[in-house]
Amino acid sequence: MRRDSKRRPAFTRRALIVGAAQTAIFGAIAAKLYKLQVSEHGKYALLAKQNSISERLVAPERGLITDRFGAILAGNQQHWRALFLQAQAPDPQTVLANFTRLVPLSDDEKARIAQDLGDRPRYIPVLLKDYLEWPEMAAIEVNIPDLPGVIVEVGATRVYPFGPSLAHTVGYVARPNQAETAADGVLALPGMRVGRTGAEAANDDALRGEPGFDQTETNVHGEVVREVAHDSGTPGDTVTLAIDIGLQQAAVQRLCAQAGSIVMLDAATGEILAMVSNPSFDPSLFDKGVPTATWESWMADPAHPLENKAIAGLFASGSTIKPVITLAALKSGALTADTVLNCPGFFDLGDHRFWCDNHVAHGSITVTTALQVSCDVFFYQVALMTGIDRIAEMAATFGIGTDLGVDLPNASPGLMPTLAWARARGIDWAEGDTVVQGIGQGYTQVTPLALATMIARVGSGMAVGPHVARRIAGELQFGSDPTDWPALDVDDTHLAIVRQGLFEVVNTQAGTAYASRLTLPNVQMAGKTGTAQVHNNSAAEKAKNFNDLTMAWADRPNALFVAFAPYAAPRYAIAVIVEHGNFGADAAAPIARDLMTYALTHDPAGRDTPLIIPPAQQLTEVTAPPT
Amino acid sequence: MNTYSLSLHRPFRDRSFGLVRKFLRINWLFVLLVCALAGVGYAALYSAAGGAAQPYATSQLYRFLTALLLMLAIAMVDIRAIAKISWVAYALGILLLVVVMKFGHTGLGAKRWFIIAGVQIQPSELMKLFLVLALASYFHRASYERAGNPLFLIPAILAILLPVGLILKEPNLGTAVIVALIGATVMLGAGVRWWKFALLAAVIAVAAPVIYHHLHDYQRARIVTFLNPGSDPLGAGYNIIQSKIALGSGGFSGQGYLQGTQNQLNFLPEKQTDFVFTIIAEEFGFLGSIAVLALLFSIVAIALYTAIRSEHQFGRLVALGIGTNFFLYCFVNLSMVMGLIPVGGVPLPLISYGGSALTAVMLGFGVLMSIHVHRDVEFAVQEF
Repeated sequence: MRRDSKRRPAFTRRALIVGAAQTAIFGAIAAKLYKLQVSEHGKYALLAKQNSISERLVAPERGLITDRFGAILAGNQQHWRALFLQAQAPDPQTVLANFTRLVPLSDDEKARIAQDLGDRPRYIPVLLKDYLEWPEMAAIEVNIPDLPGVIVEVGATRVYPFGPSLAHTVGYVARPNQAETAADGVLALPGMRVGRTGAEAANDDALRGEPGFDQTETNVHGEVVREVAHDSGTPGDTVTLAIDIGLQQAAVQRLCAQAGSIVMLDAATGEILAMVSNPSFDPSLFDKGVPTATWESWMADPAHPLENKAIAGLFASGSTIKPVITLAALKSGALTADTVLNCPGFFDLGDHRFWCDNHVAHGSITVTTALQVSCDVFFYQVALMTGIDRIAEMAATFGIGTDLGVDLPNASPGLMPTLAWARARGIDWAEGDTVVQGIGQGYTQVTPLALATMIARVGSGMAVGPHVARRIAGELQFGSDPTDWPALDVDDTHLAIVRQGLFEVVNTQAGTAYASRLTLPNVQMAGKTGTAQVHNNSAAEKAKNFNDLTMAWADRPNALFVAFAPYAAPRYAIAVIVEHGNFGADAAAPIARDLMTYALTHDPAGRDTPLIIPPAQQLTEVTAPPT
Repeated sequence: MNTYSLSLHRPFRDRSFGLVRKFLRINWLFVLLVCALAGVGYAALYSAAGGAAQPYATSQLYRFLTALLLMLAIAMVDIRAIAKISWVAYALGILLLVVVMKFGHTGLGAKRWFIIAGVQIQPSELMKLFLVLALASYFHRASYERAGNPLFLIPAILAILLPVGLILKEPNLGTAVIVALIGATVMLGAGVRWWKFALLAAVIAVAAPVIYHHLHDYQRARIVTFLNPGSDPLGAGYNIIQSKIALGSGGFSGQGYLQGTQNQLNFLPEKQTDFVFTIIAEEFGFLGSIAVLALLFSIVAIALYTAIRSEHQFGRLVALGIGTNFFLYCFVNLSMVMGLIPVGGVPLPLISYGGSALTAVMLGFGVLMSIHVHRDVEFAVQEF
């Protein structure tokens, strides 16, 4: 102990110094802990949140497209798909083998899955199978213990309950292409679709909606532990079309298997109530991807099923143009209501003889009679008197040969030639070219929509523009209120003359469409038939008749009919084209009559005002008004 | 045994003192603190398993109870007997280090441990204690004057450098530095003059670049990562960043038990071992951290108190060495999880999951308690 006298105090001193140093270091640790845990807590709390919370954008539900009464024309249907997360599977090959036993996969699908599994990080799910059938899903759910990493997830498919009936108008959606996803990142979200045609394309912005998000807590492997927050996003707006699906289906059924097109408008607003383009296609095929064989069959079909003939099909108008010719002539002063022109059954210009329909001689007639019997010779002369430019100008007033501004993509303006147009194309415009314009042949090209617009404007006297979207998110769109449209810059008396002629077409025995007059009490239809030559007839054919049933189908003339009703208070306008249907009066007018009957009895335009028939018009029998 | 032998404060100068007396002389406050830390460890490991006793908490509890019995048993062993086998233990430690280099299991790129009869042995952990015993035994005989003799220090320095070199070879930089620091602290306690430590510090400062040149790539990577943790967020710096996030997100009062996202969502690899403190810090916040820090500090303080109270130099030096060992464990581990020093594979004693460090620490605590129990035995000094 003696020797301790020196080293024990030395030890104690040094031990205390060591202890002081250790205390200081503990204090420094405590201070650093305070800084980390209290002073900088906010910063690290945020980092911890970012660490564990992963946010994923969720595709919004695409807006619905409905008809004017709310029937769903384009909707979303949930479907189930199987995904596979490798990170959760200790032995992916066994899981895949088990899965294939439950849900058969094609060799193509297997190859794609194998490639995806190789390409992607283990925590990014790989699609095993889309559009699972119910038995497949049940089989997966029951066997889920044998399928670690397999996830069944819900997705949305665009469905079109009325399918081909309305395919062209509603359009279809497809997966966005690379350029689109590059331009708008939201489109890269799985499940996003882009409208490709029809109302789906025209209203794509409204239908698309705002994406939501899915906040999930994930562990370090990116595996989802739980869902923290979910926001489905803002679904796209509902787009209410002016279409009445009942009328539409009646039109589809009435046209049946015939190639052609029908457009029915609200004559006071231009709303498209029905629009048929036949043949059609199944729009739902585009959501999943059209099978190659189907696509090829569409492409090879001479009837062009994918084309919306109602807005893009270009047809010779035939005699349906005659109301416009009449109005142009009346405006120019070349024609009055009392002008009498002679029809010997033909019209000679130079050494060329233009025949009247069926080579019939109508004799000396006025314009209303010429319309009533559709005398071609009368209108040959009128066209020549009026001049092609005045005709084109009046046609444009009535929506022919001009951009109608319809809210559907790929609409064609059609063509009404002018001298300037002919010059620009190096066409040496002959008087004979003007002559055939009088009966809607030659260069004239119209769409069914343009014809419907024309007859709606003739009926209402308003410059209505055709449009299909009635409401977006409940908001009535411009044009769906009759007061949105100005009156046409056309003399009312001129319009009255034309209407009178069109009335006689349908409601007098001599009229070309008398067989297709309405059978409803107290209400009449006014219309105009057309039979448009589609084939440059040989001299021999001209000597007979150009609409002979012995001709090949593709050479037969197109049958057209335009009409509005009720005559006294026009509300509905219709244009019908039956391709190669021969006579407009036979093939097209009855369809128009039946659909007009449907429209008048169901009144889909259904404004607050009921159909009012003025007392003077309340006739028990259909007779011509006094001339 | 005479009548006043019943007094606990009776000088204890012979071996006739019964086991019961010895048992009662154990510093029970210390044992309580050790048990409290083990309890904290149990809670942390329960949380690390996502709120389950398996696979960490229960097995660690059994290890601790075993080690506790071992500690209490060693506390009963006469300190003089321990002193006698110091050099034997040292030789055994060196032998184990050599064996582990030849036959040991590789963990984290280093041969550090092997298994004997189902018990994982990490010789470098045992070596810390054995070196302390050897050095204390050596300096126990040296007077203050003798300890000032540079030549006298050479065997002691060699005794330190041998295990340090072997551990560096494993390679395990962190433990090697800790062993060297423990040895240096024991020498400081023995009375080695201050200027010699200043000289040593100067030599290290000069040699550091040379040492760095000979470091393993992973060791250099640790140092580089330490200097700039953000440079490689998913590589070596990832642990530091995630660890700091865990600490920082705990805030003042914590996210709540079993509620820490960093912990429960496995953002920290091996969190049940080296980064176990982050669990406590994240889920119990600053309050929990400070409470654990206070417990750890109490252990260090009691070790120092035991050293100062010991009436023989051997006990003083061993207690100082054991206390320093424990302190360095805490300091390195806590600094590591706070990103203050490079990651070193050093567990937080009594709390981290794992048997090897726990066993070594509890062995040391057994010796510490033996010093406490035998603090006033007649322990003759035989000078060289």
